[in-house]
This record gives sequence, C-alpha cells and structure tokens, in this order.
Amino acid sequence: MLDVFALETMRFAAVATALVGFVASYFGVFIVQRRMAFLGSGLAHAAFGGVALGIFLDAQPLITAVPFTVAAAIAIVWLRERSALAEDTVIGVLFAVAMALGIIFIQLRPGYVGDANVYLFGSVLWITRTDVYLAGALAAGTVCTAPLWGAWAYASFDRNLAKTDRLRVAWHDYALACAMAVVIVVSMKIIGMLLIAAFLVIPAATARLLSHSFRVMTLLSIAIGSVTPVFGFFLAHAADVPPGAMIILVQAILFFAALAVRKRS
Amino acid sequence: MSGIAVSVERVSVRLGDYEALRGVSFAVPEGAFVAIIGPNGAGKTTLLNVILGLQTPDNGTVTVFGGHPSDLAPTALGYVPQVKTLDRTFPGHAIELVVSGIRRGWPWRISAAERAIALKSMERTGVARLADRPISKLSGGELQRVYLARSLAREPKLLVLDEPGAGMDVSAEADMYHLLDAYRRANGATVLMITHDWEGARVHASHVLLMERGLAAFGAPEEVAREDRLLKVFGYAGHQAATHRSNADA
Repeated sequence: MLDVFALETMRFAAVATALVGFVASYFGVFIVQRRMAFLGSGLAHAAFGGVALGIFLDAQPLITAVPFTVAAAIAIVWLRERSALAEDTVIGVLFAVAMALGIIFIQLRPGYVGDANVYLFGSVLWITRTDVYLAGALAAGTVCTAPLWGAWAYASFDRNLAKTDRLRVAWHDYALACAMAVVIVVSMKIIGMLLIAAFLVIPAATARLLSHSFRVMTLLSIAIGSVTPVFGFFLAHAADVPPGAMIILVQAILFFAALAVRKRS
Repeated sequence: MSGIAVSVERVSVRLGDYEALRGVSFAVPEGAFVAIIGPNGAGKTTLLNVILGLQTPDNGTVTVFGGHPSDLAPTALGYVPQVKTLDRTFPGHAIELVVSGIRRGWPWRISAAERAIALKSMERTGVARLADRPISKLSGGELQRVYLARSLAREPKLLVLDEPGAGMDVSAEADMYHLLDAYRRANGATVLMITHDWEGARVHASHVLLMERGLAAFGAPEEVAREDRLLKVFGYAGHQAATHRSNADA
C-alpha cells in the first residue's frame, strides 16, 4: 500500500492534506462552538468565485482566490455587525453573488473548465511543491495564533461576557473569518469546494461529542483532523476514488461512532 | 471620588422599530444596592447593556464611576448574565468558568494559585463541591451561583446581575441576597440587580428602580412600591401579586 508514495505528487498530496487537516480541525472547534458551519460553506462558494476570477485573468487561481475570499469573509462579518440581517441571510446573499460571478468568469473563458473542476471536486494530481509549502506556511501561521486560543474560546462561550471583559470580540471575529477564508482556499485543491465545509466541521463536531472540556475538544479535533486525511488518502488510492470524498467519509464514520458512544453514555 | 457610581441621563435606545428606553435618568450612589424591577419588555436588560457598554444609546449619556462605561477597568466590574442565554453545550467545567473571570480568557490550564482563588470564591457561593463538574450537568440555580462566584472572585466595585435568582430555590435565593449584602457592605461595592422578586428587593435593596420603557420611579423601596405606581406599571394582576406579598410580610 505504501507504493502510493512512490510518486512525488502523492507524497506532496499526503503531506499537504495532513497539514490542511490540522489547520481546518483547529479552526473547526471555534466554528462548531459558534455555530458558524454555514459560514464555511458560504466562504467555499465565495472562494470558487475567486478561483474563477484567476482563470478569467489567466493568473494563478490561488493568487486571486485568497484576497477574494478574505474580502467576502470581512464583508460577511461587517454586514452581520452593522445590519439587522441574520448571519445566514448575509452569507446566503454573498455566496450566491460570488458563485454568479464565478460562473460568468468561467463562461467568458471557454476551454478552462478543467481548472474549475479541480477546485470543485479536488484532485491530488494537481498538488505541487508550492501547495505543500503553502500548507506548511498555513500550519505555521495557525500555530502562531495559539496565544489567541483563550480569547477565541471565551468569546465562543459567551460574546457578551467577553465584551464586558473588554475583549475585542469583533476584531477576533474578523481574524477568525479571515483565517477560515485562507484555510478554505488552500484546502480547495485537495478536498474540493463541495466538501470543504464538512472538512472544517466534522473533526470538531466529533471531538465535541467526546469532550467535556474545550481544551480536550481542541486536541481531539486536531488529532482527528490530522490523521483521518492520511487514512482517507490511502483508502482513496486503494479504491481509486477522489481522496477528498474518501477523507470526508472516514471522518463521517468516526463522527457516527462518537455519536453512538455518546448516546450509550 | 464622585460619590456617584452610575449616572444615566436622558438615555434613549431604539432596537429596530422598538423603543426599548425613553429618556431614562437616574443616579446611583456608590455603595447602593439597586433592585431593577418592571414587567417583561420594560427595558431592564437593555438598561444594563447600556451601563455595561454593550449597547450604545441613541441619545443621552451614561457614566460609570465618572467615566465612559467602556473605560471601566474590567476587574472593577462583575457581571452575572441571565443563565438562559448561556450555551449549555459548551464543553467546560464550573471551575474553568470561574477562572475565566479571573483571567479574562478561557483557561487552557489552571494554575494552583488560580484554583485556590476560584475555590475560595466558590466556597462563598456554596458551589465548591461542583468545581470539576461539566457546565452542561449543572442545574440553573447551581450555574447562577457559579456565575456569582466568577464575579466575586475578582472583587469588583460594581456588580451587575441580570435575574440572578432565576432557577434558585428559596433558601439559595435568600443566601444570595445575604451574600450580596455582606459583600457590598464589606467592600463598599455597588450592586445593580434585575429581579422579579419584590420581597427580596423590598428587604435587601437600598434603592428600587421601577421601569416601564422609561423610568417609572427611583428611590427607597417603600417609596417606589406605592400602590398607584405598581398598578400603573404592572396592571391589576401584578399589583395584586406585589401587594399580597407585602401584606403577607407585614
């Protein structure tokens, strides 16, 4: 089974997948606890608009997708703070706009749908050394946010309590949404836009079912998020199916097992 | 020292199309125990949010110890929110909640010194035995007392409580009043508390703030709890309930 690593592309893909799994599962604990799963889905759609812009401009899609998705994340948080609209409404509007732009961009550049499919469904064959470095940089950046864990956890528990303690809750919201945006864009090539929201949520949701402390939830989520992509990767290779889908299925099996354990206890 | 802990002048707040507060003015002396009472929708929680700096008034000014509410040092403020607003699915233990009040962040690890301070405060509110119990497994009354321990652990000079007696049994509620009163007297602290407990307010509070979107009355309990005012603010049923309690007590 280890022959999967004979190819350099496969080695790149396995390392990049484990790294983005670590990052996604770390941010996932805050997303799950704040009930922001729909934001992940919305940002994935927004990222597709950014990728399509890159294809339209004949540029590297990641170069356009990162600022495009970060801008969408900032817009969602800003509108949620400043308007009387609910977050799901704001996300629903913005991701539809981003998708519409994406469809138009791709339509204006016929012959480039292959690139778009990679980002929609994920493909390990397109992962390059640059992607591994990018995932590594993302993981390093995530480790650097560790001092913010206490503030993010506190605001996830009770926003108003955190505000009365003069925590800059809105600033943390922007930081968290921007981090999500970057994670989503970098993970898209591997997992695919259609499944990326689940990749952010399932490890943390599984950890939540098995934890009575936020610290344990965080550690468990990271463990699940970092290890399951490697298993999923092997199984996908053996079954000759897309790795993104297999990774999500492996994570989902763990989730349902945790659900059963929780119900018994 | 100004002698005034909280000053509210002509404060109005609109929440969408709803006018939650209309031209509210009053001044709370330092060391006062103020019970804020009024029917549902009277603007009690909105008023607390303005005082806490969580809500910006559309008109009027609020000062806390002479400064803007957001300038108050966090350690000078103890806030006990309504338990019903708490996310009970949050994976945490009672002692972590108390330590979050000391540290102003959720603890990754709790030091021996933090644990000692937290347990001492939990002892005061009678919940030290629940220190390592998950938040999701606490009753409403137990959680209120954990929140109270969290606020007292930082020894604030202003305590703001939003219906702290909700979910508590009669004995626990009486203990809470005595604890708040003792803390206030020992530390010269000011207490602002939303409550639906007329009897507790009448016995323990130095001032009662009666609300009905605007300010209906502010002053000593016996002065505010006049029949005409209660009838006006609460209507017939509320007035009957309040006066029945007072008569039964007399």
